[in-house]
Amino acid sequence: MKVELENLTKRWGNVVGADSMNLDVKDAEFVAFLGPSGCGKTTTLLMVAGIYKPTAGFIRFDGQVVNHVAPKDRNIGMVFQSYALYPHMNVFQNISYPLKLKKIPKDEMQKRAQRVADMMGIGHLMDRRPAQLSGGQQQRVALGRALVKEPQLLLFDEPLSNLDARLRLSMRSEIKRLQMGLGITSVYVTHDQVEAMTMADRVAVMKDGKLQAYSTPDELYDRPRTLFIAGFVGNPPMNFLEMEVVRENGDYHARREGFDVVIPSDRGEKAAGKGNVILGIRPEDITISDEGTPAEVFIVESLGRDDLINMHIGEASIHVLADPVLGLKMGQNVRLDFNTHKVQFFDPTTEKSLLWA
Amino acid sequence: MAEAVMGRKVIRGQKPPSRWAQFKATMGAWGFMGPATVLVLVFFFLPVVILFVISLTDLSSSNFSDPLTFVGLNNYVRLFRDRFFPKILGNTFFYVAVTLSCFNVGMALLLALLTTHINRRAGFFFRLIWLLPRITPSVIYILMWRRISHQPPFGLINQLLAPFGVEPQYWLFEQPWLFVILVNGFVGASFGLILFSSAIEAIPRDLITAAKVDGASTWQSIRDIVLPMIRWPLLFVTTYQTLSLLTSFEYILLLTEGGPGLYTTEVWALTAYKRALKTYFGHNQWGYGAAWGFVLVIIGIAMSIIYLRVFRFNELVQEPKIDVL
Ligand SMILES: Nc1ncnc2c1ncn2[C@@H]1O[C@H](COP(=O)(O)OP(=O)(O)OP(=O)(O)O)[C@@H](O)[C@H]1O
Ligand SMILES: [Mg+2]
Repeated sequence: MKVELENLTKRWGNVVGADSMNLDVKDAEFVAFLGPSGCGKTTTLLMVAGIYKPTAGFIRFDGQVVNHVAPKDRNIGMVFQSYALYPHMNVFQNISYPLKLKKIPKDEMQKRAQRVADMMGIGHLMDRRPAQLSGGQQQRVALGRALVKEPQLLLFDEPLSNLDARLRLSMRSEIKRLQMGLGITSVYVTHDQVEAMTMADRVAVMKDGKLQAYSTPDELYDRPRTLFIAGFVGNPPMNFLEMEVVRENGDYHARREGFDVVIPSDRGEKAAGKGNVILGIRPEDITISDEGTPAEVFIVESLGRDDLINMHIGEASIHVLADPVLGLKMGQNVRLDFNTHKVQFFDPTTEKSLLWA
Repeated sequence: MAEAVMGRKVIRGQKPPSRWAQFKATMGAWGFMGPATVLVLVFFFLPVVILFVISLTDLSSSNFSDPLTFVGLNNYVRLFRDRFFPKILGNTFFYVAVTLSCFNVGMALLLALLTTHINRRAGFFFRLIWLLPRITPSVIYILMWRRISHQPPFGLINQLLAPFGVEPQYWLFEQPWLFVILVNGFVGASFGLILFSSAIEAIPRDLITAAKVDGASTWQSIRDIVLPMIRWPLLFVTTYQTLSLLTSFEYILLLTEGGPGLYTTEVWALTAYKRALKTYFGHNQWGYGAAWGFVLVIIGIAMSIIYLRVFRFNELVQEPKIDVL
């Protein structure tokens, strides 16, 4: 099923939950809503579910406006962070509840619930109460309940936030595999960008109720259109340095005190002559080498596979990922090589990208 | 550090607790339970015993300075032979059953559901209004009802219905039960209302959202999610209110005094009160009244046991949240 949001807005008095959201989800597409806490992800999702009435704007399912369709008539499945399992019902009753409401005959209900439960690997837990299950098992029951009525749209509200890191990893691929296999259009709310980037076909980045960007994970990562997206997507986050780009002898130089790097002309020409601009570069695009920009090691944080190193270049401070074998120490002087094919430029006042506007 | 703690636990697990430790645990339990036990003994158990003893005598306001004469079960025989005993028993069950089902539980539940499904502030305000009868002094409250149901040419109902061509009448006399039940119900409903609405509000929002998304209508989500989740307060209110209705009589006393006519709205507790403490000629039959009172205590205890069995309270009691060593 295709979903379209048009100028979708939700307000409670002065509080803005979602502000003029425009977005479309293609049939069988997996879309993630990504954004910091309080940015309106749940609000938008609940409007799609029909729980909240929009203050303004439209929601369309396959071209039909559904603003006034009750949740029960929208044929959606939903999975919650809190699992929201009915505590007084056992696993079978939880999973079959949507079927019971549809007045599906008993034996078919039994069959379908069992099939979904087996698919989720909880077929043997049918007569347990939710309180007698682990968090991971509860999440599978919740997923089973959402899937059992074969919905046309699946909504997830941070379903994996309460699971431990390993389980989260395996559930992530499991949900993705299920969704691809069944081909159900899905909207997945998360504030974990790794989840969004790895699972989604497209990611909608939100901030303060507004849609900031809506594109594929690769594009968000490689061609961020705003300073906010550049800083929000990617871990560890992108470094930002204020500088000036000038053209000299046919080369573009990005310069500030203690820093002078030649930028490829396709990127440099868009930032040259604009006065002060913000240069963005990801920690993984900076390497420690024998020559290049001099810098001083300030703090070394071990991330296991890499060290995250805070360096000072003159007044400026940047983060660099380095091989722990180098054994860098505080106060050590090194030289940095910048992968200039990956640099971004932003206008400091509009905070828009100078490269991908 | 962690190992040391674990080590101690293991040792504890292996060795059976010493006599001294057992003694300490027992004393601790008594220490905590003691004050409540004393209260129950002094203010419930002891009075019941005294009540029973009095019911075996012919103590009354005409012979209270003489030594006590025990008359065996004579008072009980007299009670069960009383011409109005079946009437009073029937009245009592009718009064309790109808007030309980229509108001103390029924209306309370309905109002709790309503006030939790509308705007929060409006709901709160509405509940506050329903508390008013409870905080109004009984005499004033009953006076108000008597004015409402007064005989022509007075009475609020008569005034209000006159424009519709309804014949004015003495409503309280024509429909005494209606008013007895309304009067008690309006007060009784607020107790359940408060308990039910707080229990409903404690249900996580996500559960209701989940039910709606699963395809439930409002009514279905109430039936399948809300009601099962407030089962405990429902059963508690039913039990508690049954017992308090059984023993309550002050509103009936003030409103109809058990009338109009002979024993029309007389309930058991009212009879006990009248026999023991208020007879027309100032002749208070304490012994006989005590017999009525004692039978009521037995009915109350029997009802409690039945409720405990029927509702399986044991199963509702959750495992303690804190493990005590
Ligand atoms: N029922 C409500 N009444 C008033 N304001 C609300 C209501 N629900 C949400 N809001 C406000 O709307 C904004 C968006 O909330 P929302 O729950 O959508 O955030 P979110 O992106 O889901 O955050 P999180 O990641 O923490 O779940 C917040 O400022 C919140 O305080
Ligand atoms: Mg949320």
